Amino acid sequence: MRLNELPIEAEPLAGAMPAFCATVPAVELRSICEQARARKARLVALWGSDETPRIESNPGAGYALHIALAFPSGLLWLSVPLSREDPRYPGIADIYPSANRMQRAAADLLGIAPSADADRRKWLRHAAWPEDAFPLRKDFDATGRPGRDEDRYAFVTVGGEGVHEIPVGPVHAGTIEPGHFRFSIVGEKILRLEERLGYKHKGIEKRFEAITLEEGAKLAGRVSGDSTVAYAWAYAMAVEGATGTVPPPRALALRGILLELERIANHLGDLGYLGNDVALSFGFFQFWRLKEDLLRTNAGLFGHRYLMDLIAPGGVAKNLSRREAELLVEHIESIRREVVTLKSIYDEHAGAQDRFIMTGQVLPELAERTGLTGLAGRASGIAHDLRVDHPIPPWQQLDPRMASHTRGDVAARVSVRFDEVFESMRLIKALVEQLPPGEIRAPVAAAEAGARGLGWVEGWRGEVLIALDVAGAGRIHRLHPHDPSWQNWPLLEHAVHGNIVPDFPLINKSFNLSYSGQDL
Amino acid sequence: MYQLLKQIAKTGIVTEPAPHPDTALRALEQRLGEVILKHFGRALAIRHVDAGSCNGCELEIHAMNSPYYNLEQLGIKFVASPRHADMLLVTGPVSRNMEVALKRTWEATPDPKLVVAIGDCGCTGGIFGESYASCGRISNVIPVDVAVPGCPPAPVAIMQGILTAISTGQRR
Repeated sequence: MRLNELPIEAEPLAGAMPAFCATVPAVELRSICEQARARKARLVALWGSDETPRIESNPGAGYALHIALAFPSGLLWLSVPLSREDPRYPGIADIYPSANRMQRAAADLLGIAPSADADRRKWLRHAAWPEDAFPLRKDFDATGRPGRDEDRYAFVTVGGEGVHEIPVGPVHAGTIEPGHFRFSIVGEKILRLEERLGYKHKGIEKRFEAITLEEGAKLAGRVSGDSTVAYAWAYAMAVEGATGTVPPPRALALRGILLELERIANHLGDLGYLGNDVALSFGFFQFWRLKEDLLRTNAGLFGHRYLMDLIAPGGVAKNLSRREAELLVEHIESIRREVVTLKSIYDEHAGAQDRFIMTGQVLPELAERTGLTGLAGRASGIAHDLRVDHPIPPWQQLDPRMASHTRGDVAARVSVRFDEVFESMRLIKALVEQLPPGEIRAPVAAAEAGARGLGWVEGWRGEVLIALDVAGAGRIHRLHPHDPSWQNWPLLEHAVHGNIVPDFPLINKSFNLSYSGQDL
Repeated sequence: MYQLLKQIAKTGIVTEPAPHPDTALRALEQRLGEVILKHFGRALAIRHVDAGSCNGCELEIHAMNSPYYNLEQLGIKFVASPRHADMLLVTGPVSRNMEVALKRTWEATPDPKLVVAIGDCGCTGGIFGESYASCGRISNVIPVDVAVPGCPPAPVAIMQGILTAISTGQRR
């Protein structure tokens, strides 16, 4: 069929979310991306794959570049075949700036590289394997320990009188994930921040290829632990799409409840830390008390504080009785009343607002140009939320309301979090009221070799994508889990411009991005 | 301000009693004498190191500072530098990209020092195992005194691990 938005032939992809697949030659890649960009399509993900095992069905198979673009009508999964001898392609980082790090990661893992004028510095590799070894190639031995390379990395240096550098990390001063931040500053003012991530790269994508589709659910739930529900749902959605499995309506409603519980828990934690970072420790203790109440509710009703391993392909692992559902609504309501009080205390606290307002600003124009997404995007005028854009079940009849703001500062990201907490609570109550009867799990059919599936879920941080290509016999040929942090990390570098160094922790926390989710 | 004070008064003190040490969590025999442990027991400084976790364990480490657990009431606090620390609280698996940083953090921590490994991945390598990118469990890289399993271990379990590391009890 012909896609509405682009003059290319695309095949509809079976699954819960509207999606299409198309194969295009490398020479057309840039013009397609330029047209997509002009039609306001968003770049959701970019990754590579090794297609050489499929040489029997596809003579001349080498490698492939994959790009996921979000159009109003759905997600377009573009595949670009690349030759075995010369797997190069024209880079698209000038069209979609967020592609820069994704292209570098694909080069580190597969040896497929954008043409010469692109940023060719390594991204995930560091020193763990040599430059001429590519872990995601099929002939790479995942269990071996390749020789260490030297870890040299060309940071961009800032010159001028009085400019000096502050290197921070990978081991930080607080309880945070590891990453390196290189600040160039004058006095207290930040002139430039350059991030270096990849410290947590632990070979997740290669690991997926060594386990079965069934085992993959558990691993998907540990790509980024704080988003375990979003990843598990995206994984289940991808497997269900690839196998033609339709989960029962009750399972979908329960998934909705779990996803919103995860959103509330993370937002409560962040709202507490945002208070803490502006010396309002009252906020930290109050919000973390409420978060703990919620985690205990989770543990009591679902058996896990963070709701891990509750979503599996075909449905969910735990049912909710009538009595339990009522209990959940009661607990949510008691937390809601307290959040109302805390919001008014935050709103009226002059000291906190003084630190929040106009700090770490990302204006809508920059956010649009660079592809800011998710919660941070909504705080900068990027009005996208998958629950609203594509209201598939269980969102269909609930009419989810999108939180948004345009000032793009810490205060805007605080405001979006408050709005989303209240909206998630409303959604949970509505889902409980309309909980359909019936089964909570459907049997998963066998997956055929070459079948594809997509999972695309609005997690608390933003859109989580799982792109699955099945190898046959219940195994995975290639699976790319994509965290919205890929898109948002580069914007943190912009958000700190002109701010003072002591505000960095506050700005960073207001984004609260995943290291694990992007390091893979 | 009135509203804030009212909220504090209304909340009251929610802190729960701390757990007891559990010698079954010990990976190594207690090497420290009673005199040192007596001091550690009153003022323990911890440096947390995430050596490659999925960030699930970090959620529970944060939760230990919530008013329900209130780790600081036991004289235990987190510090910003390994040079100020008596104990490293390490989550894993250790990614190969963090191997050098973890070793250097351990070397920067003054003796006598303790290491507590947190979570299934920290204890065994967990679901990520050992690979081209992962060294597996923490004890593959630095010596571990106490290992706390769980995915992620609950705050009480982590507290129990910390208290075990500074207890005089020997491995069962």
